[in-house]
Amino acid sequence: MTLLLARRFLGLLATLLAASAIVFVVMEVLPGDPAAVMLGVGAGEENLGALRRELGLDRPPVERYLLWLAALARGDLGLSHTYRVPVLDLVSERIAVTFPLALIAMALTVAIAVPAGVLAASARNRAGDIAISAVAQIGIAIPNFWFAMLLIIVFAVVLPWLPAGGFPGWDAGLRPALAALVLPAVALALPQAAILTRVTRSSMLDTIGEDYVRTARAKGLTRRAALWRHALANALIPVVTIMGLQFSFLISGTIIIENVFHLPGLGRLLFQAIAQRDLIVVREIVLLLAVAVVAVNFLVDLAYLVLDPRLRRGSHGLS
Amino acid sequence: MKGRDVTRFVVAACVALAAAMSAAAAANTRLTLGMALEPPHLDPTAGAAAAIDEVVYANVFEGLTRIDRHGAVRPALARGWSVSGDGLTYTFVLHQGVRFHDGTRLDADDVVFSLERAMAADSTNAQKGLFEPIERVRAIDPLTVEVTLKRPAGDFLFGLGWGDAVIVARESSATNASEPVGTGPFRFARWVRAERVELVRNDDYWGAPVALESATFKFISDPAAAVPALLAGDVDGFANFPAPEALVRFRDDARFHVEIGTTEGETILAINNRRPPFDDVRVRRAIQHALDRQEIIDGAMFGLGTPIGSHFAPHHPAYVDLTGMYPHDREKAKALLAEAGLSGGFRATLELPPPTYARRGGEIVAAQLARVGIALELVPVEWAQWLDQVFKGADFDLTIVSHTEPFDIGIYAREDYYFGYRSAAFDATYKELSTTTDEARRARLLRLAQRLLAVDAASGYLFQLAKSGVWNARIEGLWENSPIQANDLTEVRWTD
Repeated sequence: MTLLLARRFLGLLATLLAASAIVFVVMEVLPGDPAAVMLGVGAGEENLGALRRELGLDRPPVERYLLWLAALARGDLGLSHTYRVPVLDLVSERIAVTFPLALIAMALTVAIAVPAGVLAASARNRAGDIAISAVAQIGIAIPNFWFAMLLIIVFAVVLPWLPAGGFPGWDAGLRPALAALVLPAVALALPQAAILTRVTRSSMLDTIGEDYVRTARAKGLTRRAALWRHALANALIPVVTIMGLQFSFLISGTIIIENVFHLPGLGRLLFQAIAQRDLIVVREIVLLLAVAVVAVNFLVDLAYLVLDPRLRRGSHGLS
Repeated sequence: MKGRDVTRFVVAACVALAAAMSAAAAANTRLTLGMALEPPHLDPTAGAAAAIDEVVYANVFEGLTRIDRHGAVRPALARGWSVSGDGLTYTFVLHQGVRFHDGTRLDADDVVFSLERAMAADSTNAQKGLFEPIERVRAIDPLTVEVTLKRPAGDFLFGLGWGDAVIVARESSATNASEPVGTGPFRFARWVRAERVELVRNDDYWGAPVALESATFKFISDPAAAVPALLAGDVDGFANFPAPEALVRFRDDARFHVEIGTTEGETILAINNRRPPFDDVRVRRAIQHALDRQEIIDGAMFGLGTPIGSHFAPHHPAYVDLTGMYPHDREKAKALLAEAGLSGGFRATLELPPPTYARRGGEIVAAQLARVGIALELVPVEWAQWLDQVFKGADFDLTIVSHTEPFDIGIYAREDYYFGYRSAAFDATYKELSTTTDEARRARLLRLAQRLLAVDAASGYLFQLAKSGVWNARIEGLWENSPIQANDLTEVRWTD
């Protein structure tokens, strides 16, 4: 088991290294002259030269790559070209908004989708299933920014319960900070919950038909116990896979919701950095997102180990 | 059972939130103002972005003089001045006991430092032209500064009132971009990037105390998000409301006050005078005849804006209405193009930066020009790209932009400005203007300058940007017009 974990962890490191190499090549080698990209067509030779020296572009690529990795290991993400502030500070400010938002949205998604999916599967083709599936279909079809505006109108303007946007900061208190994240989280959660409901439902339908469920019922378990204790546990693997993908999306794909709620999040920072051609910030964020996705996948792998005992034994089953 | 517990919890949470919200709403010495654009940094002497001045001008930083809400020059850090008979020597006397926000005293040395820093060869000041007439700056004693000019400059005191000429301290100037230290009635408290800038009252301010205890600028760039932010009370107002289409609903709402004023923003269809066929004045005049200004204002700006015929603000006493020089006449336009040998029309590109006056206005302009045979390809660009490609690189055919600096008719006298307009007659007129201090003569020269630009059709003059402000009806003291890009909060108070 520990050997399995160790192998997985080494795989994680190798993937991270490969990701960093790809990011480096795409951001620094392919564009030709990053300084020209940043300063633009009409920039004077003097300014270009100064920027090249500042970015260390006069060194060979391999050396730059290794220096970059060494800086990352020290926690030095460089200096933002537009803001003149360490990228680490900028990114940590934004992650403090995006990461909790993604977590809350994920929690809401699971809280809605799993019970809904189970209920739909157990009421297959009857009223309950049809209703849930219809709502899920609508949830997938509705654009989340439109839903966000609707939430703002109802819960911030008509009923002044929650702020219409913005983020007061965690030091303004837990309640105001969470209040600012509720509506964005709900707006993000809706389409994800709809997708996850359908996945849960179809996965449950597969396991409900398995022999062991029939055996559990034959042994005398109630329908509900058989459903939740036996069928669900085994239906979770595809669900967890999709959750992993969704969480990766929630971390990196919140730009639209962050715009509608004018939240100081990572998505908006990335968008602004691209608009201002701040390659340094863009490079670091892209790498950060790659790291986040790889880490989430690793956690999903660990979750598989928890959910499926066959994997823990190593040679059998799905390894 | 689980479901009911969840419902109860959600209801309880909502009630708790509602209670918290109402408790926090009571304070009437705090102001939250919404802004569409976030400044890239907070040093007005080191950048061209209007957003910087909109946060710090008159609030955090002050200059020797200041521009008030009517566009007039008033004393600020200089409590008085005298000008020599030949107009070459200005002697400023500073107020006593003025301190910067970090506690250091303001003295003549800081003034000398600030002006020399702006004039230096490596200075990143966006308005070096303001300081160009200065020959020398000298501290006579700790509270007296003598500025000697190379030649008389009629608008020198006005120029010193700009945000680019504020006085900074030697000790703190290097970090003003992220932690501004000035002499103003508000001090910088915090900047949560992409979210807000917080200012608090400076209790050691040398001048009249301000009514507000704190002022927060919140950055809301999405026009659709600005409306609910105002309705929900997240912001108390917008000095420049980014969603003019929503103004109607605020006009009818007694909780809000809508104020439509004027700005110094001449919105123009800039023409690259260097590039054929635009180097032919007949082609430029044809474009003027093809444009229908009111259609653009109605279609792109919801009817808010004043048509202009030259590069000058209609609210100014020396304004000449030249909108009638090229009336909207498609046949005339086609005739002029035929004269220039382009009866078959031609193609060109129209670069459009992000603001709505450009993106929406551009589509209408393209449609109008298409009717006379000029086929335009619309190219939307971000500001960074626009600055590089159009402004610095002059690599464009046509573009739409708004020039918001006050009294900037002088840009047409600059060599190698992005639109490449050169005219000996205009240069001579402007040169005379800049050395004339006599008001009547200045007015005559300004009128002449406007006419020259119109005759040459140097740019397609569209309209003057309106300033649409919406704020809580209980607020008073916010500027109606925008003679300078600023949100001067010194006279703002809640009437409760």
